[in-house]
Amino acid sequence: MSGIFITEEHIEGDSEGPLSGATVAVKDNISTEGVRTTCGSAMLTEYVPPYDATVIERLKAAGAEIVGKANMDEFGMGSTTETSAFGPAPNPAAEGRVPGGSSGGSAAAVAAGEADVALGTDTGGSVRNPAAFCGVVGIKPTYGLVSRYGLIAYANSLEQIGPLAPTVEDAARLLDVISGPDERDATTRAEGKNSDYASSADGDVEGLSIGVPTELVEGADEGVRETFWDAIATLESRGASYHEVSLPSIEHAVAAYYVIAMSEASSNLARFDGVRYGPATDREGDWNEVFSAVRERGFGEEVKRRILLGTYALSAGYHEKYYKKAQDARAWVKQDFDDALAEADVLASPTMPVPPFEAGESLEDPLQMYLSDANTVPVNLANLPAISVPAGETDGLPVGLQLIGPEFGERRIIRAASALE
Amino acid sequence: MSDQSVDGEEVRHVAALARVDLDEAEVEAFAEQFGEILDAFETLDEVPEVEREDDLENVMREDEVRESLDREEALRNAPESEDGYFKGPSVS
Repeated sequence: MSGIFITEEHIEGDSEGPLSGATVAVKDNISTEGVRTTCGSAMLTEYVPPYDATVIERLKAAGAEIVGKANMDEFGMGSTTETSAFGPAPNPAAEGRVPGGSSGGSAAAVAAGEADVALGTDTGGSVRNPAAFCGVVGIKPTYGLVSRYGLIAYANSLEQIGPLAPTVEDAARLLDVISGPDERDATTRAEGKNSDYASSADGDVEGLSIGVPTELVEGADEGVRETFWDAIATLESRGASYHEVSLPSIEHAVAAYYVIAMSEASSNLARFDGVRYGPATDREGDWNEVFSAVRERGFGEEVKRRILLGTYALSAGYHEKYYKKAQDARAWVKQDFDDALAEADVLASPTMPVPPFEAGESLEDPLQMYLSDANTVPVNLANLPAISVPAGETDGLPVGLQLIGPEFGERRIIRAASALE
Repeated sequence: MSDQSVDGEEVRHVAALARVDLDEAEVEAFAEQFGEILDAFETLDEVPEVEREDDLENVMREDEVRESLDREEALRNAPESEDGYFKGPSVS
């Protein structure tokens, strides 16, 4: 299916391991030595990394075969994979609809059977959103579980590399391969070392206590809500119980997320100056003039929008008003989740409040697109793990259920999600 | 209508700070969208000051010489280089 991959090049594993015989699609913001890595941007059309990301080294060592670099929203900025400079990706599970984003190519590759499993990255929902829209499983790990070395950064304090797969167990097996500390990423922690997440996909939810944050359900489409409650009923029938909880900080999460992500992006993307990489330009002038011309040409509209808004939020006179307040909101969201998870084993919500958008529908109204991330961004602000698992359909369109766990509670969310398969 | 109005001049100012050239159509579109988006960010005013509970610690390593990318590899993606250096436009 065209549009799924930006570059279709095979990279063989270099030993036998737990992923021998498995094919993997890798999101195109993860560095692969000798294979171009574009971030879905015209800025990096010719960029060939001189080294592998840590997760790529681990895939190779596990015997996996990489089959291509998957399409994505430019630099991860989008929820539909339509901001890619290489054109949109299809949704194999819902014709005419977007595959979600920003890891839309990764989810589409799994849904279309073009790869057994895939790697995406999740800054504010970019693994869980396309997993939900394409009817596959996606995991956003706890911040610090997976090395970001070799991931081309968008918003460092929020993003994690995570697996996409047709089943919970396959996603967990891929997470086992990529998780664990890495001396080249000082934010990694010891918890993922020698993990065995795959064995927890046993469907046993007897006695599991599920908290349902009302704020994350009320705003969803009716069909999505119905599918969600049906899935909760299934979990109940298997021995789980649920209660409603309230997270008052949540209404500020989208604003806080976008202020922080855009601020970090404005700083991170300063490296694209046309000198070390980037398209050549025949523009004459001094450094600032040539730099500005390269960036006009190399960046698409959504990337420019976020860099400018991030620059604005950090600029003199506005830093206290936006950035500092967003950090307060982030701490508040984290407290709310910690409190709710003291009274429940996991929290559950619809992954996306809506079914997959029609292709082209959301591009004209950036704010509406940002608001559709309401259920996924709070998890990144709180550094927590979450999984999206197929919950059913509404009008023939896939609906995902999100399960959120405490820090490094991957086993718990994997076990709970597997009960829905 | 947006409460937080942003005009073309402000968009051009922030674009200059960010070193991104914009054409006229982009300036106009962004001015309109930024007003709406910054309005949505205004809700952060209601957020109370929150005590941070982060347990951060420094991660240090020994300061010792290690292998790194060689010069040729590091320069491979540069549009222009000269005598083993990146070549950029003049600074002023």
